[in-house]
Amino acid sequence: MAWRSVIRTARQPIVIVPPLVFPLFLLAINASGLDAATQIPGFPADSYLTFALAFPFMQGAIFATNTAGTNVAQDIGTGFFNRLSLTPMRGSSMLAGQLTGVLLVGTLQAVAFLAAGLAAGADIQSGPLGVAVLFALSLSIAAAFGTIGLLVGLRTGSGEAVQGLFPLMFILLFLSSAALPRDLIAQDWFRTVATINPVSYLIEGLRSLVITGWDAEALGLAFGIALAVFAVGLAASTAALRQRLVRT
Amino acid sequence: MDASNGIEVEGLVREFKNGPRAVDGIDLQVRPGEIYGFLGPNGAGKSTTVHMLTTLLPPTAGIARVAGHDIVREGSLVRDAIGVALQEAALDLLLTGREHMRLQGGLHGLAAADIERLGAELLERVGLAEAADRRVGGYSGGMKRRLDLALALIHKPRILFLDEPTTGLDVQSRAALWDEVARLARDDGVTVFLTTQYLEEADALADRLGIIDRGRIVAEGTPAALKAQIGRPTVEATPADETQIEHLEAVLARFGEPLPAPRGAAAVRLTDGTEELADVIRGLDAEGIRVADLKLHAPSLNDVFLAKTGRSLEGAGEDELEEDTGEHAPEPVTA
Repeated sequence: MAWRSVIRTARQPIVIVPPLVFPLFLLAINASGLDAATQIPGFPADSYLTFALAFPFMQGAIFATNTAGTNVAQDIGTGFFNRLSLTPMRGSSMLAGQLTGVLLVGTLQAVAFLAAGLAAGADIQSGPLGVAVLFALSLSIAAAFGTIGLLVGLRTGSGEAVQGLFPLMFILLFLSSAALPRDLIAQDWFRTVATINPVSYLIEGLRSLVITGWDAEALGLAFGIALAVFAVGLAASTAALRQRLVRT
Repeated sequence: MDASNGIEVEGLVREFKNGPRAVDGIDLQVRPGEIYGFLGPNGAGKSTTVHMLTTLLPPTAGIARVAGHDIVREGSLVRDAIGVALQEAALDLLLTGREHMRLQGGLHGLAAADIERLGAELLERVGLAEAADRRVGGYSGGMKRRLDLALALIHKPRILFLDEPTTGLDVQSRAALWDEVARLARDDGVTVFLTTQYLEEADALADRLGIIDRGRIVAEGTPAALKAQIGRPTVEATPADETQIEHLEAVLARFGEPLPAPRGAAAVRLTDGTEELADVIRGLDAEGIRVADLKLHAPSLNDVFLAKTGRSLEGAGEDELEEDTGEHAPEPVTA
């Protein structure tokens, strides 16, 4: 199933190209348009590009939700799921297989975003080991969000329902500390929402590796939230899969 | 009966939410190595029965054993013994035929070398060797059906379920699939449970038939026996010379009971069946009667369906689609 997922992903440019191009495009717009934010007292970076480099990694995770959910919904819609149900395949293999394609796209994204950031002059404060941890964290987040896509795809069997998650995820992203550090958000309500929004901690973990170096608290929170979302998403997806696989 | 290769069904029922009984207490037995045809119109309950027998849908009531295993309590053992090609050839359009064989073989736990060998053999057998490395998205409907059949056979199942395998296929593709199904039963001893809404398919392929309508089996037997239940064939002749009609009626009367016929023609129900047709022609020739038109009408499976249900099979059931169970039922809507 993992092999199938990789082949399917590689043969669908539409699954690979937009998740690479769209986040880089937004990064370029933000970096040029919001560079003045670096003048705000207490802003933690000299370059807004460096500060915002974590943003595309999070966007990539949102695309992961879409990819995983759409693939599984498609398999249900076409009846391919029945074919799988008639084999001795275990549910866990099916879920792991679906996530493999997500991780493949996630890896390509991480390489592309990092390469673009470095080419534009960003500096990774945590060094080469930090780059490895950045990859590990971004793939953990992609897998976690992928399980949400799987859950919705399995529950609804509808690609449209999965697509409907996309704007919701973007709202979560924009209502986080993606654009500004939480302590510099002027609006109280926005700061409060960003503080309770788990996406803030994921993005702060990614960002810490780029602009701070080694921040154990930020990394601990980011990995902890990613793993928690992954665990809950996987458990719920497994339950949904069991319900969907009505074989006796 | 060798239970390891057959199917036994007793009082099988499937009720859907807020709907009628899609399958309403059917009993049937399929013998090892037999091709059992399950004939009925759309919405009759054919696919729902297949979904239950292949463990994709739990029955509401009743007992069924497939390959000697209970479909409810021993689902995984049933799945190991069966191959299934469902109504929609559910294939991944992005994969090639050969990749499908690899995936299916791998999911059945076959060794890589066996998958390659068996996959190549099966693709060759269904006439897809040349197209094996092309993506399925470019296959025709017939090619998809044939690949679906090959996939159902990769783990060498003892029982094969084919749910309307030729629906939508052209005549050539249909004939090729019939040949392969017949060969599987004849040469490999595979038991075949085949649903169809095509009379000629049931007639050509099935050793025995179950005719299902509105969830109930209304007739069962060999195609010949079922047709014999309806009656003997009739022959109708029109003389070239109208003045010879009485003479013609007298000759035909030697071969069976006279029947009402259109003006200028005579008809008779043949006492000894279709074998008598040659004698009828010889008799007319001996009496010097030139015939302008001669028609033989043998009872068809449609006549059987008509006699048992009061409706013709063709066009029946168009508005009798089964109810979906909602989120759990895997495509039990048609048939």
